[in-house]
Amino acid sequence: MEYSFLSELPKIVWMLIGIASFLAAIGLLLVLVDVPRTRRDRWQAFLFLAPALVLLVGGLVYPALRTTVLSFHDRSGEEFVGLANYVWMFQRPEILLVLRNTLLWVVFAPVLATAIGLLYAVLIDRSRFESVAKSLVFMPMAISFVGASIIWRFVFAYRPADQEQYGLFNQIVVWLGGEPRLWLLEQPLNTFLLILVLIWVQAGFAMVVLSAAIKAIPSETVEAARIDGAGAWQLFTRITLPSVWPTVLVVLVTITVQTLKVFDIVRTMTGGNYGTSVIANEMYSQAFQQGQTGQGSALAVFLFVLVVPLVVLQIRRTRKARELS
Amino acid sequence: MTPTKNPPRPGGPTGAGAGRGPRGGRGPRPSGAAARVRRRLSGSAAGLAALVIAVVWTVPTAGLLISSFRPAEQIRTTGWWTFLSSPDVTLDNYRDVLFGSANDGRLASHLVNSFVITLPSTVFVLGVAALAAYALAWIDFRGRDWLFLGIFALQIVPLQMSLVPMLRFFSQGVAVGGVQVLPAWELTGAMAFTNVWVAHAVFGLPLGVFLLHNFISQLPRSLFEAARVDGAGHGRIFLRIVLPLITPALVSLGIFQFLWVWNDLLVALIFTGGDTATAPLTVRLAELAGTRGEAWHRLTAGAFVSMVVPLTVFFLLQRYFVRGLLAGSVKG
Repeated sequence: MEYSFLSELPKIVWMLIGIASFLAAIGLLLVLVDVPRTRRDRWQAFLFLAPALVLLVGGLVYPALRTTVLSFHDRSGEEFVGLANYVWMFQRPEILLVLRNTLLWVVFAPVLATAIGLLYAVLIDRSRFESVAKSLVFMPMAISFVGASIIWRFVFAYRPADQEQYGLFNQIVVWLGGEPRLWLLEQPLNTFLLILVLIWVQAGFAMVVLSAAIKAIPSETVEAARIDGAGAWQLFTRITLPSVWPTVLVVLVTITVQTLKVFDIVRTMTGGNYGTSVIANEMYSQAFQQGQTGQGSALAVFLFVLVVPLVVLQIRRTRKARELS
Repeated sequence: MTPTKNPPRPGGPTGAGAGRGPRGGRGPRPSGAAARVRRRLSGSAAGLAALVIAVVWTVPTAGLLISSFRPAEQIRTTGWWTFLSSPDVTLDNYRDVLFGSANDGRLASHLVNSFVITLPSTVFVLGVAALAAYALAWIDFRGRDWLFLGIFALQIVPLQMSLVPMLRFFSQGVAVGGVQVLPAWELTGAMAFTNVWVAHAVFGLPLGVFLLHNFISQLPRSLFEAARVDGAGHGRIFLRIVLPLITPALVSLGIFQFLWVWNDLLVALIFTGGDTATAPLTVRLAELAGTRGEAWHRLTAGAFVSMVVPLTVFFLLQRYFVRGLLAGSVKG
């Protein structure tokens, strides 16, 4: 069947209808707010807040409570099973592997991404090519995890040893005299290769944020240290690092939260096979592919429990950072 | 007019901070010493390290881009680094993956889907968040601070927490004690996109309200007092005064939300229900990567089709993007 743009028209029309009716609804609401001459503040506030409240309560608050309840029920969601889903989570070897993988992600991805971002930010600070250099490393932030995963799958692509390699990684291995291998199938190495993709994406974020922090260090401080005879390394450990440390922590926590919820990379790189699954992927697989609503919900709740302390920490740090600046 | 202090602004990845000593440090001024340190720091070893990072961060993308323009036969048999010795360029991969048979991906259709999903999701969040943020900042009512805190706290909830019940809501409606209160959303055809719009709007709201509230609450009070004296109601003040003033914040949030939705896989995967007709690029690409993992002539071109839009937005509006990104660091 030939592709014809005509078949896209209904979607575009529906999109325009969607946007137009939304804007019309807002316009109507604004008119409604001003109509009654009494103009009670409470009534007006309610009208302004109603759309947000309906969406948030209906789409986030209630579902989150419901998921928590479901995590104590079986797959049909009707029979109460107590803590069975949580016991299942910590007993089944394959789920323990998922938890171990998530731990590996959390231990390695944030630290390495932040470290590389910081190193790069320091190295290129005020160099001639700074803005270009920044754009290069920051660029992966703009593309999707799916796109990034395809880029890296191509790097790790495998051909049998008697054929020419087209995956860069295996080609380098061959050039160095090694045997090409199916890297993404080798446990536990494959998990680290997946982690590499996240580092590749997040280092740019770390770099941009930390670069801004480095630029905020007063030049007088740097000069004073220099006059006192500090070398490049001392300058970094005594001045730069302590000055940007609060920002380093913010970046670390931010990337950790992202890492805990990583899904797309695992899905696209290996589909969660070959021992690479993580919590978010397992949650999807349990709840939406195997119909194990209870177990999937328990995994979601566990994820929530892991994220909460980090975000609380984050908010407190951000607030502190703002008070300082 | 810059009422923002929050979100923190780094001045963009390319922007240099203002109010610092002269760059480079020519001449015998005190900053010359600092410049020397910097020069030494970015000396040969440091320069090499930076170069290595830059190369590792660029080469994989470049390899994919080059490959996408090579004939399928060559992609299958030789590495892209041999491109210079046999520089054959073709657009066939793009033609196939965009307009070919449904098996090849037919990404043109999914490209449209991505737009159809992303644009309304962005507009919805901007509109609803702006309304809520205005009320929370400038209308007096009891419990206002608590409500703001509550919405703010919702940023903590991972969207995984709401996927199962939300999907049930769309497919089964709401029943209380066996009585159907709200019917199921049996949307078919193009109307099926509505589910994804609503889902993305929900997930984008806590951050959106928070960001816009930061911005709106710092507008000068005198502005509102003057308007009220003139007899304008909240509706008019919002439309005529607030909206034009918060345009920069709306742009930041809009870009951020746009890229987030465009690049999202999970939400689309669940709320388009695995239906190819409504799947955006990310979902279709992940599918192609799974089932046709070695069809690199399609995957390379397909990946770039999905990247063109975010990369364009990124390079054109880098500064806004960074601002939204920094402020949105706890989203998800």
